[in-house]
Amino acid sequence: MAERRFNPLPGFGLTLGFTVCYLSLVLALPLAALALRCLEISWGEFWKLAFNARALAAYRLTFGASFVAASINAIFGTLLAWVLARYEFPGRRFIDALVDFPFALPTAVAGLTLASLFSSEGWLGRWLVPRGIEGAYSVLGVVIALTFVGLPFSVRTLQPVLASLDRGVEEAAATLGAGRWRTVTQIIAPALAPAVLTGFTLSFARAIGEYGSIVFISGNVPFETEIAPMLIVMRLEAYDYTGAVALAVVLMIISFVLLASINGLERWARRFEET
Amino acid sequence: MNPLPIHQSGSTRPHVATQEHPLAQVLLIAVAMLFAAVFLLLPLLNVFSQAFSAGWRHYAREVTSPDTVAAIRLTLLVAVIAVPLNTVFGLLAAWTIARFEFRGKALILTLIDMPFAISPVVSGLMLVLLFGTQGVLGGWLQERGWKVVFAPPGMVLATMLVTLPFVARELIPAMQAQGSEQEQAALTLGASGWQTFWRVTLPSVKWGLLYGVILCNARAMGEFGAVSVVSGHITGETDTLPLRVDKLYHEFDPAAPFAVASLLTLLALVTLALKTWLEWREDRDLKRTLAPDEPIAGESRTIGGGEVPPA
Amino acid sequence: MSIQLQNVSKLFGGVSAVHHVSFQVKEGELVALLGPSGCGKTTVLRMIAGLEQPTEGAIFVRGRRVNDIPVQKRNIGFVFQAYALFRHMTVRENIAFGLKVKKWRRADREVRVADLVRLLKLEGLEHRYPHQLSGGQRQRVAIARALAPKPDVLLLDEPFAAVDARIRQELREWLVHLQHDLGVTMLFVTHDQEEAMEIADRIVIFSRGHIEQIASPREVYENPATEFVARFIGVMNVLEAEAHQGVARRGELEFPAPGVPDGARVRVGFRPYGVRVSPDPAALRYRGVIQHTFFLGLMMRVEIELISGLLVRARLTKEDYSRLGLAEGMEVSFEIRQYRILAGEDAPLEPEMNVL
Repeated sequence: MAERRFNPLPGFGLTLGFTVCYLSLVLALPLAALALRCLEISWGEFWKLAFNARALAAYRLTFGASFVAASINAIFGTLLAWVLARYEFPGRRFIDALVDFPFALPTAVAGLTLASLFSSEGWLGRWLVPRGIEGAYSVLGVVIALTFVGLPFSVRTLQPVLASLDRGVEEAAATLGAGRWRTVTQIIAPALAPAVLTGFTLSFARAIGEYGSIVFISGNVPFETEIAPMLIVMRLEAYDYTGAVALAVVLMIISFVLLASINGLERWARRFEET
Repeated sequence: MNPLPIHQSGSTRPHVATQEHPLAQVLLIAVAMLFAAVFLLLPLLNVFSQAFSAGWRHYAREVTSPDTVAAIRLTLLVAVIAVPLNTVFGLLAAWTIARFEFRGKALILTLIDMPFAISPVVSGLMLVLLFGTQGVLGGWLQERGWKVVFAPPGMVLATMLVTLPFVARELIPAMQAQGSEQEQAALTLGASGWQTFWRVTLPSVKWGLLYGVILCNARAMGEFGAVSVVSGHITGETDTLPLRVDKLYHEFDPAAPFAVASLLTLLALVTLALKTWLEWREDRDLKRTLAPDEPIAGESRTIGGGEVPPA
Repeated sequence: MSIQLQNVSKLFGGVSAVHHVSFQVKEGELVALLGPSGCGKTTVLRMIAGLEQPTEGAIFVRGRRVNDIPVQKRNIGFVFQAYALFRHMTVRENIAFGLKVKKWRRADREVRVADLVRLLKLEGLEHRYPHQLSGGQRQRVAIARALAPKPDVLLLDEPFAAVDARIRQELREWLVHLQHDLGVTMLFVTHDQEEAMEIADRIVIFSRGHIEQIASPREVYENPATEFVARFIGVMNVLEAEAHQGVARRGELEFPAPGVPDGARVRVGFRPYGVRVSPDPAALRYRGVIQHTFFLGLMMRVEIELISGLLVRARLTKEDYSRLGLAEGMEVSFEIRQYRILAGEDAPLEPEMNVL
């Protein structure tokens, strides 16, 4: 007799049923539609649509810019998290709360304001552009917008880890004669590395799918400043559903791989913790 | 994977032996603040600066124009439908996942996480493929004269898809951390499943729930990519606020998109304020001040304080 | 008969946690389920409550078979180890919860809550939240909450595990008085044998999923049924010995063991109170040096080391210790007046042998 784990709590059947139904309706059905449509495309046609020159340029920009943005966030986000967690200074609480601003702000507004800020009339643009730094309508603009969008992910992933660092370990290192620099690089950094990596991956995944802000700031020039989601929209507007589907599927597969690795990373990051 | 874990501000108790050189600290703070200013503060202030760049009157006119008002109404409509539905889903899914063990749990968790992994444009595309005139259900819908894509229903669905995980992903870890003992206790006292859920489970995760709802709402009102694909951009009918910003951007009035954007920015600030307040409340609730054990008040039947009397 | 278990077993994924357990609890009794961690006693308690389902066997509460009755309908009171108080409710609301569920009228609820507050000495705390209470207070609230709806029996899972040692003593006595006053049948789980010995009317001793002995505390101490019980309850000297010609020997110590074949290895156990000590090294059978004296309040435990290195524990009252003029480092002699041949953990025990 197969043994089912008894649980005195009621409602399993009902809630599971509802959950599955809801997920199917809202998520699984649309996914199925995409899969169905994708299966209608012949392999040869798929290859052409998903990997033609314009598409490749779009991938390069999407993944390249996302990578750079995630790296910037990994470095400066870690710095920001450190400063917020360890030091006391005027405005700390305000900045701390503000870190979530990119998360709460609609992406369209983000793109709009960043483009304006870095354009030649903007507050930052007016002395950056004459020096040759074009933050708007350029690849740099894309990177800036993606950095903005992914900022909260790296900071917020790091903060709880920083908060739970055992200061006793640092003090032990000090009693053993380690200088501050050595302590930071050999004791603290390895402890933070998994969280930094997780934050990087989260920002990266977020950046790849980003659309709203890029639309405003990139200029959307094909082969130069056109990201993959933008190309999907272009094809849709031209009623090239097949082309849009091919591109979408490639993006999705890569995103799923990333998602799986994030979960794996988080588990790996916890390997030294006590259960 | 949590979209944005609830965090507690770090403690800044002085640790003398483990501090960086004061000069190094100042430098680090300066660099971090520069980064924060460029990427957080300036964009925020810029919205309002640009919005009022053509004067108060212009701002007021833009914000109250009938098209803007229609966009506000549609945005609210979408949120009022999508957020409660996803909240109910979140509650029931959290109950299933946090309180029971079963095969396929990992699959359900992956599905719930999926909207985080899919670009919003792809979400919109999926819905068009399903409900559009050329889509799987297209013919069937056309027969009945029902419009889903290029109409508000499609936009509601797109928003529901994209904001599906928010409430669930807040509640699941919260309920898992709580453990089911309080609910078991309620059962031993005779409560039914429904009573247990209402009186015991819900109140114990209320901060996590509110937090999830607020995030879900912020995202629902601000969603652009998915809704843009599905909406068809018919001004006055299928423009939400973010889409209106886009439309105005392509017209010739430079301040107009910022005026509408400022409304959304205010929404974002309110969301941040609520979030901070909720975190503060939850922090307060979590602080357990354990009083030292006191001897049982009133008449004690034991002689002395429980010590063995001398023989 | 308040509670009855017949041949109850519980398997968790092929592992037998509880194995053919049967016992009864009379109305008004205070019974302890005692055993080391993981022996199945908590599982038994939870099965009686309905929080787990037995794989085999039947459970009866007040004559009613409850196997198929869900936990909500069993009318048992359960006090969890970590109390499981409703954190967002005040003390009053916690206590009143079960009454609200059973739809008591408001006036009746208030009276009942007030009664329990008085009985459990929670006056002044009614409007506090659990996080504002001490550990002992929380426990009393948990008990009050479980008692409010007048359950048939009260089940407690390690009720004193989380309480400060200092308070534990007082709470134990208080629980006994409460139980006698109310006359409610109480069944509690503990791993602390002192606790069980002190307050239970009867003890059910568990080991690895089955019952070793069910008896009163005195019976369990003086006549342990198996070696496990003998070693679990109280302190015991145990040593391995080899038998030759009917006598088991280890180092200097000899124990007559009639009927034991030559060359067989046996285990011998004797209680510290069965060891008699004399300050005169020549007076009694064995000689040794007092290595250490442990002060236990009324009693003293003395550790005597023999030349062979064996360590024997003896127990005397404080008066005897002083009267005999014993001290650490002193050379003494002793004899062992009562001992037992231990036959292996689960096998029944040979009766105690008295040396004349």
